[in-house]
Amino acid sequence: MNGAKILVESLIKEKVEVVFGYPGGQVLPLFDALYDAPIKFILTRHEQAAAHAADGYSRASGKTGVCIATSGPGATNLVTGIATAYMDSIPLVAITGQVKTSLIGNDAFQEADVTGITRPITKHNFLVKDVKHLAQTIKEAFYIASTGRPGPVLVDVPVDVQQQESDFIWPAEVNIRSYKPTLFGHPGQIKRAAKLIAQAKKPILYAGGGVITSGAHHELKDLAKRISAPVTLTLMGLGAFPATDELFLGMLGMHGTGYANYAVTEADLIIAVGARFDDRVTGRLDAFAPGAKVIHIDIDPSSISKNIKVDIPIVGDAKNVLGQLLEEIKKIPDTSGWLKTIESWRKKHPLTYKSEGKIKPQYVLEQLYEVTRGAAIITTEVGQHQMWAAQWYKYLYPRTFISSGGLGTMGFGFPAAMGAKMAYPEKEVIDVAGDGSIQMNIQELATCVCNKINVKVIILNNGYLGMVRQWQELFYKKRYSYTCITAPDFVKLAESYGGIGLRVTKKEEVRKALQKALSTKNVVFVDIHVEPEENVYPMVPAGEAINRMINGLA
Amino acid sequence: MKHTISVSVENKFGVLARVAGLFSARGYNISSLAVSETLDPTISYMTIVVDAKDEAILEQIKKQLNKLIDVISVTDFTKKEYIGRELILAKVNCLAKDRTKLERALEGYVAKIVQRKEDLAIVEAVGDEEQVTQLLELLAGFGIKELVRTGKIAIV
Repeated sequence: MNGAKILVESLIKEKVEVVFGYPGGQVLPLFDALYDAPIKFILTRHEQAAAHAADGYSRASGKTGVCIATSGPGATNLVTGIATAYMDSIPLVAITGQVKTSLIGNDAFQEADVTGITRPITKHNFLVKDVKHLAQTIKEAFYIASTGRPGPVLVDVPVDVQQQESDFIWPAEVNIRSYKPTLFGHPGQIKRAAKLIAQAKKPILYAGGGVITSGAHHELKDLAKRISAPVTLTLMGLGAFPATDELFLGMLGMHGTGYANYAVTEADLIIAVGARFDDRVTGRLDAFAPGAKVIHIDIDPSSISKNIKVDIPIVGDAKNVLGQLLEEIKKIPDTSGWLKTIESWRKKHPLTYKSEGKIKPQYVLEQLYEVTRGAAIITTEVGQHQMWAAQWYKYLYPRTFISSGGLGTMGFGFPAAMGAKMAYPEKEVIDVAGDGSIQMNIQELATCVCNKINVKVIILNNGYLGMVRQWQELFYKKRYSYTCITAPDFVKLAESYGGIGLRVTKKEEVRKALQKALSTKNVVFVDIHVEPEENVYPMVPAGEAINRMINGLA
Repeated sequence: MKHTISVSVENKFGVLARVAGLFSARGYNISSLAVSETLDPTISYMTIVVDAKDEAILEQIKKQLNKLIDVISVTDFTKKEYIGRELILAKVNCLAKDRTKLERALEGYVAKIVQRKEDLAIVEAVGDEEQVTQLLELLAGFGIKELVRTGKIAIV
């Protein structure tokens, strides 16, 4: 069979059910093979959306997402999506067409050095120059993408390789001598960690996306309960611990809760699990948890002691390591005084907002939680609405909050929601968006309508690029430089694509509109006109210690 | 501070770009880099001299190198007894009357004059960092017109 068929057969062997993509000149053979393949193909309206949709599919399901684009501009349009997946460690296989091997390097039509361009934003990438290596390469690509610390892998396939004939030989296994992720924690380190935990008086669990990736949420909960330690989550970790649990402190960091940030600052032991001490979490490094010993569990050794010096590094898969730790812990610390202190912070510095005036975005998120009972999958774009969605919706289960954490990609949420919906057609998938972000991939309305991907988009419409405006208000003397943004009539726009649009301008209409959107079997845009200059609080100014928050309510 | 690291990698196209790209993307400094095939043609060996201002950065460099899929192993020679050598070729001023003087100067070094043309001599020398630095100071007395060096290779 030809290379294109081999590629498709390989995808079938990898149990790929859905592929997102866009055709073009250098993937014609591949699309010919896809034409009657038992794989659902979703034609997006932009390659960037194909990458985000594959990413959203992966984040919702835990499977590896797949996207396909042609050479040159098709491939470069994937770049933002690949970088987004890379920063958040999402398994993705991106397949790109390339000009024929004899033309590579000739500045041919629609040629770009795609392996060169994507080298720093992929876990690994391949250029396949011989059809005999194609099946093996695809197998390796899936293996690398989905194991260890996951990430995107790109496979660049010249058009002549797609046309060449060869036998389809699917390798039985992958053995890459230079790639052997460490899965279990070192027993000595586990012992030392258990000892440190037993001695702690003010421990805190700080968990991130790694817990979700490894499926370690049960172990995380078991550990928190066993040692009676409070839990704070990163943006990427939301859902890894139920937000309704009394030990849950909410998110920490720049827009974290006051009590989470105080608890981290005052803690004598931080148990970091699958989190990487990102600058949005730590704030000013020398003031971060000054009195705490740190146990850091991560599958990626390079994440450990990168920003914060760690006392006990444990390299391994979070689920395995937490399991090992649970077996090792014999003596349990007394944290009752610590939990009391935290409760007093919770009472004194609750997450709050002033409810008078126009519709408050926080109120919308509270209502959305009430209406969905936390059972929906929420995706977000990037900005104020993203932080409100992180703060005010209660995530009860892993893989129910899907957001671009590391790269902070506007335009991510809508196509990511499509991907999530393809993974779970029976679940409600809701993109919480801003009026700025939604305009970055709004063309995907067509994809939703054509394929009956009935996602709901809640637009918190404030007429501004809100987060940048907030910074301008607070740190640039209210000089709103190019942050006032006009939007189309979202209701008419949705309708023009064949979707449904709802507009909400009064607080008392919010709940009804959300219910109506959820009961509608179509893609729905809910355009909610919210308080234009509402700010996200608490807020730690950039470079400040995380216990030095602006609360905005003084 | 300078550290010598040796990295064994898959001998595939693009690997050098991955390593070099890692250093530039993360703001690490390469002082020298020498790459070649090994006895096993599927493996290449890189000797990298890096400038890392503290131990933590050196640790990160090693971890990041290890994270590259094509990197098989990373060895840090900093705290090891190792043999490190560099080859230099230097074009120095050398009038006919100074030839003996130059030859004398090279005594005690693994160095020789490999070519002499008109008023110039090309000196070839091999040595460790200290020897090469000393020799270059010596040659500077004659006047160095041009200098090329391989960068360090190292073995334990």
